[in-house]
Amino acid sequence: MGIFWDAIREAVSLLIHGDRYVLEVMWMSLQVAGIATILGMLVGIPLGTLLALKKFRGWGSAATLLNVGMMLPPVAIGLLVFLLLSRQGPFGSFSLLYSVTAMIIAEFFIAAPVIGAITMSGVASVPKDVRIQALGLGASRWQSIWLVIRESRVTLLSAIVAGFGAAISEVGAVMMVGGNLSSGGVNRTGTMTTAIMALVRQGEYARAMALGIILLLLALLITFILTWTQQGIRRRWLQS
Amino acid sequence: MWNSVRSRRGSALLLLLALILVMVAGTYAAGCGGGDETTTTAPAAESSTTTAAPATTAAPSTTAAPQTTTTAAAAERTELILASTTSTQDSGLFDVLMPAFEAAYPYTVKVIAVGSGEALALGESGDADVLLVHSPASEVTFMEEGFGIERKAVMYNDFIVVGPAADPAKVKGMTDVAAAFKAIAAAQATFFTRGDESGTHKKELTLWDKAEIEPAGEWYQTTGQGMGDTLTIADQAGGYTLADRATYLSKSEALALELLVEGDKALFNQYHVITCTNGVNKQGAIDLMNWIVDEEAQQQLIAVFGAEKFGQPLFVPNAGLVE
Repeated sequence: MGIFWDAIREAVSLLIHGDRYVLEVMWMSLQVAGIATILGMLVGIPLGTLLALKKFRGWGSAATLLNVGMMLPPVAIGLLVFLLLSRQGPFGSFSLLYSVTAMIIAEFFIAAPVIGAITMSGVASVPKDVRIQALGLGASRWQSIWLVIRESRVTLLSAIVAGFGAAISEVGAVMMVGGNLSSGGVNRTGTMTTAIMALVRQGEYARAMALGIILLLLALLITFILTWTQQGIRRRWLQS
Repeated sequence: MWNSVRSRRGSALLLLLALILVMVAGTYAAGCGGGDETTTTAPAAESSTTTAAPATTAAPSTTAAPQTTTTAAAAERTELILASTTSTQDSGLFDVLMPAFEAAYPYTVKVIAVGSGEALALGESGDADVLLVHSPASEVTFMEEGFGIERKAVMYNDFIVVGPAADPAKVKGMTDVAAAFKAIAAAQATFFTRGDESGTHKKELTLWDKAEIEPAGEWYQTTGQGMGDTLTIADQAGGYTLADRATYLSKSEALALELLVEGDKALFNQYHVITCTNGVNKQGAIDLMNWIVDEEAQQQLIAVFGAEKFGQPLFVPNAGLVE
């Protein structure tokens, strides 16, 4: 029990004085999850919108694949990426394993399906009349699609936040393809989640706690931003 | 409208408060809980995760799950916590030893595989009853500080330097490990260190000392993980590392890494079993210690372990060693 409070005290002290390793690891987490989420948005939102608006041959399989991708345990996705990037794998010659790129790839495949599936659901729930009306009033096809996307922006925001959340909280997949490597105290492929694991194993509870506190604050921050934005959108919609 | 706004933000805050309350209550309960209740589930869970990944390795079963029996005698069994090293665990030795021990004694052994450093820390805090480690200098300090009741030699194996077939530092066949380390540093060839205060890590540091080199630079990478995982990383990334022969052999089928340097006296690796002063199950610890240095465990189990599969036993029993 004493360990717990000691660790918290030391953790706060580390955060106030800006422990270098902790900050480097935090930055790595944000970077990797951020880039993965942006890439996930670039792929997931168009894909989700397409699947929501248009039926085509193979639509069923595509939609199922997207939903399966979201439900698949992230560590299984990490395993897949590991096998693809390993020396014996098809992309082994690129030596991507244990690099920041590998981590971004793994987190991309975790975030993209989440963003895509929620987008698909959100866009599909916009009443069809909205689009029909817009087209009737003279909007081009792309303008009407953009309108539908705007109508579902509350859900889209949730999709992006969910994708980012899934990416930044992943441990197993990132550990497998990233390795939590450091060089002389300088972080190379460690993220907050994998670093917490390694630090606990080494008995460095204070640093681990410091990272845990950061993760908690980050989760809080994102929740508040999301809630605030959603309320803002809803308020404006009600007032309009 | 405003009520729903307030309740949304309010509920996030309430959730946070509830979380904190649960955490505090949980820690309090764990602190006041029965002594035999295992409070080391956190490290145990972490060890299981790392020893079970990744899937490309063809290692034998390496889970750190306790060997539970479902016989009627299960109710009489008490829990015995053995803290040992990932090297020993990854070699598969416990999968042979623990069932045999549990068949002879009324204990359920919970093997927690971490680095020697953390194993000794678990012994200090009483989170482990008995230790099987290979970090002699740290062990002596452990005993001198009174954390151990008794310490006996059990077995030994040796360390080896492994690396990529391409061998950029040209250390293959060297018999002087310090010279090999010098060559690796000079070539700035990628070297992976476990960096986790384990017995292997400590041995590696003494070898760098011997080579009079302070390893630093981008080529010297820290994995912070167990032997099995570090070997996988070195294998995939094409780097050198120091490994114990047992773990390397048990994974060698799945690895492209080659054995490059062996035989130097400095690579000798002695294991000891230590009963912990602060341990809960002291009788179990004593029983395990006596069993593991006894004839049956020594000659029939340890001495032959791995011989069939790898052509040579992975460990050499040497209980009774005069030190």
